[in-house]
Amino acid sequence: MAFKNYILVCAGTGCESDGALKINEEFKTQLEELGLDGEAQLVKTGCFGFCAQGPIVKILPDETFYVMVKPEDVKEIIEEHIIKGRPVERLLYDKEQKTIKSGVEEIDFYQKQFRIVLRNCGLINPASIDEYIAREGYGALEKVLFEMTPDDVITELEKSGLRGRGGAGFPTFRKWMFSKGVESDQKYIVCNADEGDPGAYMDRSTLEGDPHSVLEAMTIAGCTVGADTGYIYIRAEYPLAIERLENAIEQATEYGLLGENILGTDFSFTIELRLGAGAFVCGEETALLTSIEGNRGMPTTRPPFPAVKGLWGKPTVINNVETWANVPVIILKGGDWFGNIGTETSKGTKVFALTGKIKNSGLIEVPMGTTLREIIYDIGGGIPNGKKFKAAQTGGPSGGVITADYLDTPIDYQTLADLGSIMGSGGLIVMDEDDCIVDVAKFYLDFTVDESCGKCSPCRIGGRTLYNLVDNLTKGLGAEEDFDKMLELSKAMKTASLCGLGQTASNPVVSTLKYFKDEYMAHLAGTCPAGKCKDLVNYSIIADNCVGCTACARRCPVQAITGVIKGVHVIDQTKCIKCGQCVAACKFKAVLVG
Amino acid sequence: MKNSVKINGDVEQISLTQELKDFIKLWKSKPGNLIMVLHQVQEHFGYIPESTAFEVARLLNVPVAKIFGVITFYHFFKLTKPGRNKIAVCLGTACYLKGSGDILNEFSRQLNVEIGETTADGEFTVEAVRCVGCCGLAPVITFNGEVVGRVSSKDVSGILEKYMI
Repeated sequence: MAFKNYILVCAGTGCESDGALKINEEFKTQLEELGLDGEAQLVKTGCFGFCAQGPIVKILPDETFYVMVKPEDVKEIIEEHIIKGRPVERLLYDKEQKTIKSGVEEIDFYQKQFRIVLRNCGLINPASIDEYIAREGYGALEKVLFEMTPDDVITELEKSGLRGRGGAGFPTFRKWMFSKGVESDQKYIVCNADEGDPGAYMDRSTLEGDPHSVLEAMTIAGCTVGADTGYIYIRAEYPLAIERLENAIEQATEYGLLGENILGTDFSFTIELRLGAGAFVCGEETALLTSIEGNRGMPTTRPPFPAVKGLWGKPTVINNVETWANVPVIILKGGDWFGNIGTETSKGTKVFALTGKIKNSGLIEVPMGTTLREIIYDIGGGIPNGKKFKAAQTGGPSGGVITADYLDTPIDYQTLADLGSIMGSGGLIVMDEDDCIVDVAKFYLDFTVDESCGKCSPCRIGGRTLYNLVDNLTKGLGAEEDFDKMLELSKAMKTASLCGLGQTASNPVVSTLKYFKDEYMAHLAGTCPAGKCKDLVNYSIIADNCVGCTACARRCPVQAITGVIKGVHVIDQTKCIKCGQCVAACKFKAVLVG
Repeated sequence: MKNSVKINGDVEQISLTQELKDFIKLWKSKPGNLIMVLHQVQEHFGYIPESTAFEVARLLNVPVAKIFGVITFYHFFKLTKPGRNKIAVCLGTACYLKGSGDILNEFSRQLNVEIGETTADGEFTVEAVRCVGCCGLAPVITFNGEVVGRVSSKDVSGILEKYMI
């Protein structure tokens, strides 16, 4: 029986933690009570991407897009929309407050996006294999098994120009080709889902919203290179993604799409999950494989590359979640189709987690070559609170910053590298004038120092020393010659570290030094222009502006502010913890930061 | 990387449950089983009690040194018992830029506990975590696993009051 309406409720992690589960329950109960459960089908989907406006509910077939929905809105949606066919206007996304935008295609956030990896996210129920199959799911596997030779598959991948989406951008077909070319009694396929970059959640959303796409791609790789076992190495911190993957593996096995004699052929393939345990370095492929083997996740030297000698010494194809999710589409639509999207050096699309000081934070997918301006202003809606754009950071702790001067650069692997950053896994963090660039560099170094496995000294000792130099600057203890030391250390770390973590750990420093030298110089002179570095900032009250409203004194968590009503207040510098809450509390601009 | 290991300290003797022993038996023949076994032990106890690490060593026939090597390498594994309530403040980049560092300090100050440690009465553990993956809701904390988004440091006392009852 066909349903008259479909109600899609986002069940991605962001929306779920904001009440989407309750909304789903409400819909379920109320639809049943009204006897409408035969007319409207309720679907819990993966992430829609528009996380800043969550929880999101979408109604089909009219594609009405409701934002910031609360459980108490459910009644109205059912009564007005489902029964009477009239959209609930107050819940529609209406950025300009002028025209009412109801459909997805009308919302700026989606207009410049192009979805390959996220093709099913927010559209299908990730817990149902049937819905995946209805969207051509497992069609690529069927094609590979019955119509293509392994060499055909590799040729299509080569034509597509697909490069690794984990960050380094190594051509995917080469990895497959190397593994295929090695004679071995046992080969492995591995999915890297150890998304450790702080401020990024592309892989998590893909796995939560469309787990079968990764399973299908891994099975295709198994068939192509001659492997019968696959492992998905996933962060233990992603319980929802783990649950959906486990469910998907079970369903695929039941349908004969995984396990013995897939679709009646003599090809067999199984996939098991292995949980990560919170070590960033395990995102590096050799460290990840060591971790699957049950050891401390320390990297090993390359070559030999995993494609030749990987898990337990056997040839292993290891790709990132996003890379995998592209594969079924390439097989179905052809390498040429995929190769037409993007730029000369970078084909296809890239998923970014757009976060930080941006209006529409969320998960986006754009063709390679889209400019940063389009991403930040057209899709992201610009910087909130009328603040000025300062820089965007890509590549997380291994990347660098892009400044306002380069907003119109088309983004691809090459242009980002030329700017001194990297594509990375897809974290895109926007900073405004309130953010201190030296503090951000310190933040990333703190992260990599903490996450260094300690195996090689350039990373272990170099990282710590570099951190200390930057830390000194933020405390007003820097010296002019420190800048040369920083660059020298960075060069040594880049050249001599064993793995990607150490080789790139200095990038945030080198890149910010290049574009924001003046801000480093200000710190050297003892001031933090953004007012973030606490040791360089003092809070005091401007007597002329203070009206004695006591708002600051009441807000101060350590009772450092004294003063009587209608009298000028004073901050006790010995008690002040420089939390800045008085600034937020004062309505008269009477708190001076400097 | 973290966790100081006190071997043979005055810690409670805790034994693996039958269920955990069965799990180990099931996984014993699989290569690379150690991390999966440790996950299971931690899921049951909330941490990995020292005495159980010795049992795991015996049952898997792996040196104890290797087990502690693995536990202390990974941030996720804990050797000390967490508080009854676990407060985790996200220090991912998006949350950090939006002031989660101040939120973390505020929890630590109000509960009078060092970051990463548990209050003397065993009620609260305050820790910093890397990216919870809810960057759209930044800054984010999790309270006993439940995500609370768009938090500011002035919400801290309210959050604590709500959960103290």
